[in-house]
Amino acid sequence: MSDTPVEQMTFEQAMKELETVVSKLERGDVALDESIDLYTRGADLKKRCESELKRAEEKVAAITLDASGQPTGTKPVEGL
Amino acid sequence: MSDLLDDPIPGQNMPEYSVSELSGEVKRTLEGTFGRIRVRGEVGRVFKARSGHLYYDVKDDRSVLACTTWKGQIGGLSVVPEEGLEVVVTGRLTAFGAQSKYNMNVDEVAVAGQGALMALLEKRKKLLETEGLFASERKKPLPYLPQIIGVVTSPSGAVIRDILHRLRDRFPRKVLIWPVAVQGANCAPEVARAIDGFNQMTPGGALPRPDLLIVARGGGSVEDLWGFNEEVVARAAAASDIPLISAVGHESDTTLIDFVSDRRAPTPTAAAELAVPVRLELAAWIEEQGARLSRATTDGVQRRSQRLRDLSRALPRAETLLDTPRQRLDQAAERLPNALIRGVQNRRLSLSEVTAPLRASTLQRRIKTDRQSVESLTERAAPALNRVIAMRRERLDSQARGLNSDRLQKDLLRKRNEFNTLLQRLSSVGKAQLNQLHAKVEHTDRMLASLGYEATLERGFAVIRSDGKLVTSKEQASGATTLEIQFHDGRISTGGSDTEKAVPKPPAKKPKSTPPNQGSLF
Repeated sequence: MSDTPVEQMTFEQAMKELETVVSKLERGDVALDESIDLYTRGADLKKRCESELKRAEEKVAAITLDASGQPTGTKPVEGL
Repeated sequence: MSDLLDDPIPGQNMPEYSVSELSGEVKRTLEGTFGRIRVRGEVGRVFKARSGHLYYDVKDDRSVLACTTWKGQIGGLSVVPEEGLEVVVTGRLTAFGAQSKYNMNVDEVAVAGQGALMALLEKRKKLLETEGLFASERKKPLPYLPQIIGVVTSPSGAVIRDILHRLRDRFPRKVLIWPVAVQGANCAPEVARAIDGFNQMTPGGALPRPDLLIVARGGGSVEDLWGFNEEVVARAAAASDIPLISAVGHESDTTLIDFVSDRRAPTPTAAAELAVPVRLELAAWIEEQGARLSRATTDGVQRRSQRLRDLSRALPRAETLLDTPRQRLDQAAERLPNALIRGVQNRRLSLSEVTAPLRASTLQRRIKTDRQSVESLTERAAPALNRVIAMRRERLDSQARGLNSDRLQKDLLRKRNEFNTLLQRLSSVGKAQLNQLHAKVEHTDRMLASLGYEATLERGFAVIRSDGKLVTSKEQASGATTLEIQFHDGRISTGGSDTEKAVPKPPAKKPKSTPPNQGSLF
């Protein structure tokens, strides 16, 4: 298990560790106590992944530039 | 009419131009006569003034045409002129009166022939490759799920729409569009600035920094795509810290930025596919992982409880644990008294078997018998001894009787006779042998006498000696003091010596004849 708290993991990190946890449990050679811990960890990781997936929102903006080509801000883009 | 000031000289009636009038006239003529034209040539010296205007030459092997592109026109050029590039320039011919020069105002530059353009591209590729900008170890991995995607492209048109659509289908994300010109002379500097600008943003700032860039453009001619072959674009892409996907033109078009980008997508749509995973697939995968997680945990618990049940079933009940030993104990206890009695009985039986013949009378009978035999043997011992002695003595006597003295004496007599006979035979044999030897000696003696010189002496020869040596010559005789003459009947010494009875000397080989004149010795 990595030391990173689940809440701070990226989606990819959470995914990888979830996969590790599952395959460890499926091998069935962990002690009962540990398997309970693993399950808890796996459930947290799954929750983390799901929340990342839920945050899939589209937001498109175009950068506005001044006369010298420097960015000044954004304006929303719609209809594309 | 005499007040007419000037009587013009005939032939001088031509209008007179000021210099500026003429310049203006030439300019008008040039512009009117040629209009908008195309000129082909090789780009010579290029100079970009501080004002932003572009001055350059277009030349062939003999002549040079000065060209100008104003700052405002540069954006419209599809190719920025570059020294050595074979181009076709389009514009109007005009004059610059201040210096009595003409030039061409160019508003469009096209590369003359793709061969020239490709050669230019190859040159740049080689340069960047030697700098190591294409090296695979420089390529950064793309984030698995980027939070913000920066897109450098034209804000209008199919490209950004394609990208946004595909992103929406797969995994809706935040997208920041940096609008740029995707062709013309402005394309390259704008794209380069956009890439650089995205990299300068701070993560989570007012303008949040993207964690993935897509530089995209739709298909077009080589000239259209040329901006993405510019060195400044390639260098900006290479310098980007944010992973960058290039998607310029169609699959068959490869531009310089494709070599330095971290991934190259054949189309803008493909760039969107490289950028994000499919959300639904991920959701399904996570569901599956969740299910496997629960199943594995449940299975683990169930397997353990099953095992526990199996083990506890195999465990025997405590009360039945002692049944078998107890039964054995009962059986043994039952058999114990009988076994004990039988054991004693068996032993008693064998004891009686052993003790039965063991009685005093038997022993006494046996002692008596033995004693009798001892007594009888003792009785017989003394007579037997005497008998043996008598027998031995008798045999000794008989042998001593055989020892008779008469027989001994007779034997002695016989042996003595035999001895005498042998003695007589020995002496007679000895005598005969002695006679024989005598005869042999005489015979030899006779032979010796006949052969020896002494016999010769009888026939009148004499032997002369001096000092015991034979004298055989006159010289010896005359040198001698005494001479001894041997005759057959004895010796005489001349010279006063007495006659000596001759002892036979060792035989001389030959009797010496006495020399005839031997009288005068003294």
